[in-house]
Amino acid sequence: MRATVDGNEAVASVAYRTNEVCCIYPITPASPMAELADEWSGKGSKNVWGSVPTVVEMQSEAGAAGAMHGALQGGALSTTFTASQGLLLMIPNMYKIAGELTPAVFHVAARSVAAHALSIFGDHSDVMAVRQTGFAILASASVQQAQDFAAIAQMATLAARVPFLHFFDGFRVSHELNTIDTLSDEELAGLVRMELIREHRGRSMTPENPFVRGTSQNPDVFFQAREASNPYYLAVPGVVESAMSAFSQRTGRSYGLVAYSGHPEAERVVVAMGSATETLAATADRVNASGDRVGVLAIHLYRPFPAEAVVGALPRSVRRVAVLDRTKEPGSLGEPLYLDVLGAISEAFQRGQIGSMPVVVGGRYGLSSKEFTPGMAAGVFAELAREEPKRGFTVGINDDVSGTSIDYDPAFDIEPPDTIRAVFFGLGSDGTVGANKNTIKIIGDEPEMFAQGYFVYDSKKSGSQTVSHLRFGRRPIRAPYLIREAGFVGCHRFEFLGRAEVLAVASRDSILLVNAPYPAEKVWEMIPRRAQEQIVEKGIELYTVDAGKIASEVGLGGRVNTVLQACFFALSGVVERERAIGQVKAFITKSYARRGDRVLKANLEAVDRALGELERVEIPAESFSAIEAPPVVPENAPDFVKRVTAMMMSGRGDELPVSAMPVDGTWPSGTAAFEKRNVSDIIARWDQDSCIQCGNCGFVCPHSVIRSKYYPPERLEGAPTGFQSAPLRARGLPGTRFTLLVYSEDCTGCGLCVEACPVIVPGELKAINLAPREERRVREEVAFFESLPAIERSRIDFATVRGTQFLEPLFEFSGACAGCGETPYLKLLSQLFGERAMVANATGCSSIYGGNLPTTPWTKDAQGRGPAWSNSLFEDNAEFGLGMRLAADQHSRLARELAVALREELGTGLVDAVLDSPQRTESELQAQRARVAMLKERLRAIGRPEATDLASVVDHLLRRSVWIVGGDGWAYDIGSGGVDHILASGRDVNVLVMDTEVYSNTGGQMSKATPLGAVAKFASAGKTAEKKDLALQAIAYGSVYVARVAMGADPQQTLRAFREAEAYEGPSLVIAYSHCIAHGIDMRDGLAQQYRAVASGYWPLIRYDPMVRAAGENPFLLDSPRPRIALSDYSGRELRYSMLAASDPLEADRLAHLAQEAVDQRWATYEEMATRPAHRFPADARRDR
Amino acid sequence: MNIEASYMGLRLKSPVVASASSLSYTLDGVRRLAASGVGAIVMHSLFEEEITGEADRRARLLEAGTESYAESLSYFPEPTPQGASKRHLDLLERAASLSDVPVIGSLNATAPGGWVAHAQEMESAGAAGIELNVYMLPASPQDGGRSVEARHVELLQMVKSAVRVPVAVKLGPFFSSIGEVAAMLDAAGADGLVLFARFVHPDIDPELMRIVPGIGLSSPFESRLSRTWISLLRGKVRASIAGATGVDQAEDVIKYLLAGADVVMTASSLLRHGPAHAQELVDGVSAWMARKGFQSLADFRGMLSGSGDGDGAAEERAAYVDALRAANAKSQGPW
Repeated sequence: MRATVDGNEAVASVAYRTNEVCCIYPITPASPMAELADEWSGKGSKNVWGSVPTVVEMQSEAGAAGAMHGALQGGALSTTFTASQGLLLMIPNMYKIAGELTPAVFHVAARSVAAHALSIFGDHSDVMAVRQTGFAILASASVQQAQDFAAIAQMATLAARVPFLHFFDGFRVSHELNTIDTLSDEELAGLVRMELIREHRGRSMTPENPFVRGTSQNPDVFFQAREASNPYYLAVPGVVESAMSAFSQRTGRSYGLVAYSGHPEAERVVVAMGSATETLAATADRVNASGDRVGVLAIHLYRPFPAEAVVGALPRSVRRVAVLDRTKEPGSLGEPLYLDVLGAISEAFQRGQIGSMPVVVGGRYGLSSKEFTPGMAAGVFAELAREEPKRGFTVGINDDVSGTSIDYDPAFDIEPPDTIRAVFFGLGSDGTVGANKNTIKIIGDEPEMFAQGYFVYDSKKSGSQTVSHLRFGRRPIRAPYLIREAGFVGCHRFEFLGRAEVLAVASRDSILLVNAPYPAEKVWEMIPRRAQEQIVEKGIELYTVDAGKIASEVGLGGRVNTVLQACFFALSGVVERERAIGQVKAFITKSYARRGDRVLKANLEAVDRALGELERVEIPAESFSAIEAPPVVPENAPDFVKRVTAMMMSGRGDELPVSAMPVDGTWPSGTAAFEKRNVSDIIARWDQDSCIQCGNCGFVCPHSVIRSKYYPPERLEGAPTGFQSAPLRARGLPGTRFTLLVYSEDCTGCGLCVEACPVIVPGELKAINLAPREERRVREEVAFFESLPAIERSRIDFATVRGTQFLEPLFEFSGACAGCGETPYLKLLSQLFGERAMVANATGCSSIYGGNLPTTPWTKDAQGRGPAWSNSLFEDNAEFGLGMRLAADQHSRLARELAVALREELGTGLVDAVLDSPQRTESELQAQRARVAMLKERLRAIGRPEATDLASVVDHLLRRSVWIVGGDGWAYDIGSGGVDHILASGRDVNVLVMDTEVYSNTGGQMSKATPLGAVAKFASAGKTAEKKDLALQAIAYGSVYVARVAMGADPQQTLRAFREAEAYEGPSLVIAYSHCIAHGIDMRDGLAQQYRAVASGYWPLIRYDPMVRAAGENPFLLDSPRPRIALSDYSGRELRYSMLAASDPLEADRLAHLAQEAVDQRWATYEEMATRPAHRFPADARRDR
Repeated sequence: MNIEASYMGLRLKSPVVASASSLSYTLDGVRRLAASGVGAIVMHSLFEEEITGEADRRARLLEAGTESYAESLSYFPEPTPQGASKRHLDLLERAASLSDVPVIGSLNATAPGGWVAHAQEMESAGAAGIELNVYMLPASPQDGGRSVEARHVELLQMVKSAVRVPVAVKLGPFFSSIGEVAAMLDAAGADGLVLFARFVHPDIDPELMRIVPGIGLSSPFESRLSRTWISLLRGKVRASIAGATGVDQAEDVIKYLLAGADVVMTASSLLRHGPAHAQELVDGVSAWMARKGFQSLADFRGMLSGSGDGDGAAEERAAYVDALRAANAKSQGPW
């Protein structure tokens, strides 16, 4: 059977069908394997022995590994899927599983390990970090191999008893679609031997035949026992070879421990693992064709290292060997594979097995999915030909700091001319990628046709760009690198024509299809000049269709995918036109039938309309337009932004040399302000006449694009035409003007502001509305607005939503989804406390929209102050933040001690005032800031070392606000232990949990915050456990300030809770309802859903303040009124609940009923708590507060 | 005493029928209705636009935000492929199999294809009959009365030709000549006529300043219009006649039967007093029959109908004049 699947699916299919237990946890890029396994299990798909595997999601990869270890000890065939930090969390169990000689396979979509930065992309640093655990390691290079090696690993582990780690390149293989020959159940059942499975079961723990495994050993025997398993490891290469041979007999596909390709008498050989070996092999063929003698040795079995096979496979003629590692081991003599190969060759030389010792050099390539192209491969061959090849070289970058990089020809091309190559530039929201995936499947299903697809996504979640790389041909496609010359280019958004890469990828005489919102005859004049020039230079045939118009008219909204897909088939000639259109329609019918008649018909109509309205654009020989692409960043941007950030923004980050990079992962704050993305065609527009200046719109704006200022009327002088202004509606400031400015270039058009606006204007909807972008001098207006003085913080009423609109957000223009439910909380935090805040951010959505380059949203005010932000890991964020607190406290104490020591010189009055300030209210904090400034001034005049010392920590005399923020995946699951621990620590930290009730960042997997009855990934049949009540857990300590808030239900309560939490001298926990795209709601309804969550009693608003208990009052405040709607009035509006009602109505009813009961019970508990006397709550027993 | 009734050829153990309401949203609700003494249960309506709207909305929400960011290429598990109306039909099927009284499917479609397809699905799910709940609001002033009537007939004919189970039409009262429409439907093969559907017009909430659904239970006062027409149609159509709207107590049921209804449908009273109220209605009818000496429904059904000599209109007009006179005597009204 042939199928067009991605690497994850190919592997998961084998792993699922040859195991009994899958212990899983989401992590990019391995999550889809776990999701598929869970879906199959949910649907009752069986393994090859007829039983349905159990799939269980754990709280972390450490948990998954532990559960798997237990399942293996219980005798079940068990597997897991992971990558990167997840694999690192499994290390302790890997030692155990291997130490106990337990057959099992881990499937790893290899990914970078976070160091100076996190990266979700592919390299081998995770796998290399576990090479010492005792696992056998098998590397595959392509989607086909990944499937096949998944089976071979399973066969071999059972025979060898040594556990296997099977890996393939994250994204490049895990997410590449390719046409492969699949393995049937019969084939798998024949390959994985039943008697070995029984033997495995026979070794399991059983009370019928008890033994002790996992003893504690002492100096007398531990060492010997560690050596006792040696024979098993020595046997592994042989076992793998027999497994490969059995596999070959059954499938006809032959593999070895290593694979040599190239010239049989090669002088120069490159050794590597993973997908790069495909590129190297194809490049070697091309190089050899021009008379060279080069070869490639692909390592398949990496541990136990098959030294004999490696040496045996190298041609005797070899003189030079380059070993390529896709990892970096700073400080080592060389990277691991290099050292292994060097060791193997020198040992062979020492033993006399080879007559001469070749020159062996190591090099690094491809970190974090950096492209490895044929040009780079050829560059490595060329480097080996140099007299003194570089040692420890890098390829693919320009290392102008250490000089490690080697040269290569970026234009070197080896793609066979008969491969059809197409590249599509689309928006995430327009469905381009989905349509291309369908296209690949359609063509891959054609007899004798092979297809490949790879997709490059944006770093932002809203308005993101996607680039699809599709290849089609009559031979299997082995090209694991991006297309650089395409015969067909689809530009699915007209504005993208201004981007250099669109036409750069178009080859000579290629076809360019442009989705243009203009009639065909107007299209040419609207194209920027540079693009026109390239079209003419390259002799490109230009076609156009107004896909937006068609999609909207047939009722598909902004989903232009079907229209453009039909045009691609009509123009590209991959498959004969009529047949192709038929296939497209058949595919549409299959995919959309279950989505209702209307959607199906709309898509079919879109195909017909597309074919009718597709037009060729006549290209005049001359007449270039005057439209120039605007500069990437404004002229006033800082040098670093212009030099580095702008390159990354324009998709040219690959060209940046090493010297442009910060050495330690430190990047400037506030760069998002320089990226004017203009992602939405409709934007917020303020109606100055009806606005009551309440501040609600700005409060909820997820992208901080709504700003307010007031100012004396004379400041309006010189305002740009059209600058809006209204009289300030406030007592005591007659004549003062007010402006609410929408930073429209940053607006995502989510509409939350409109929903939050309480004003209803007859005829116009609200006092702020969404409207099509209009021709305005936006940048001038913003510049003028920013030139108006910021309102002094001491003059702002922090206690009201109205007041907070005048606080400058120090979190702005993030890449979060349009309408994000999390970011308004972070913005509020930044407004209230940003100028003295430290933020520890758990990995997840908030660390991505908060810290994913090229541009980041955490910023600073005019004085250069703002939140200091960092992300450590997913699992340790609470601890990380606590550490920040400890450092701050330590240095604050040191500063106080030094201030006392210098009291006389600094002035007793000043020092006493500094030391005595309670620093709880904003006015106290502002006064303290002034005192500290004065202290700094005076310190300069004192020459003593104590003064210099004090100067280094003096800022700590202003109370730091430590915020530990993250999502529920962190707080409820992987970081739960840490959160619990720091809440119990009594330290002054503020924990903000932005609770979306699923792992949002990795695509909506269940967490312990997921509510009863909701569908999520890993809970496709509806969650059958109640959501954990984190608030009650924290309240139990007695020393923790706890609040549960929902901005959309009661913004004032949210504001109050944030301020109380921060002012509380001890640990605080704020659990914030964060509506999310993973709830399956129209994001514009997010605030209304928050309101309903509260109104139904599902999300009771509470505050628990230990200070109130200390004062003898009831510390538990129930801020929301009694439930006044049914839970179903809230939950029924969300897809996460209604999906279950559609698939299993009976179960949905059962769970809905139980969920309502749970809400009622919890409400009763809370109500009772709200009436308890103080002494019935735990006391705060901390001393010296 | 025999209180068995016949409706569209179905033998019912009592003349009280639970009409479409939220009580039949769940299997539990159906179970309670079946145990309450009703003669049949009309399931809550399958609204086609609700189903296609839901499928459409689901498709949109499933796709929202997908294929945009490398870590979250989707946000939901792949949904199980299924027909859009699965939920409704599942419930109908379970309801039909557990209920010992006939379960009638209620259908409200928009597109002609939808009526036929869903009616067939209901038949295969075990519906004993099908009630076409034709809620058609000719909102445009250009919609002609004749075409509205023709659409009713056309729909009935399409469904009738596609299913074997009996089919009833639930009508609204807003026709120029109800009698003619009833006769047209009767001629087109209607097995039952349900008079009348209550059109729930939306309301305005001045607090929220929004248009809100105008759900409200019917009151006995509203039964007069239905009863009038039942009384006029009795004996003039072949189809069974169901009185609907405005039933609260047993006397309301009795009035309908006296006017000529074959069965009496109620949702409001069951929603107001609970499903067990149906037994009270049945018992009330029996007690009244015992008091009056009737042995079966046939003894008094249609006893006070306006049929017979055929001049129902004159009688009705006379009654109207009487009513006005009586009202004027009581109050100084505007007339």
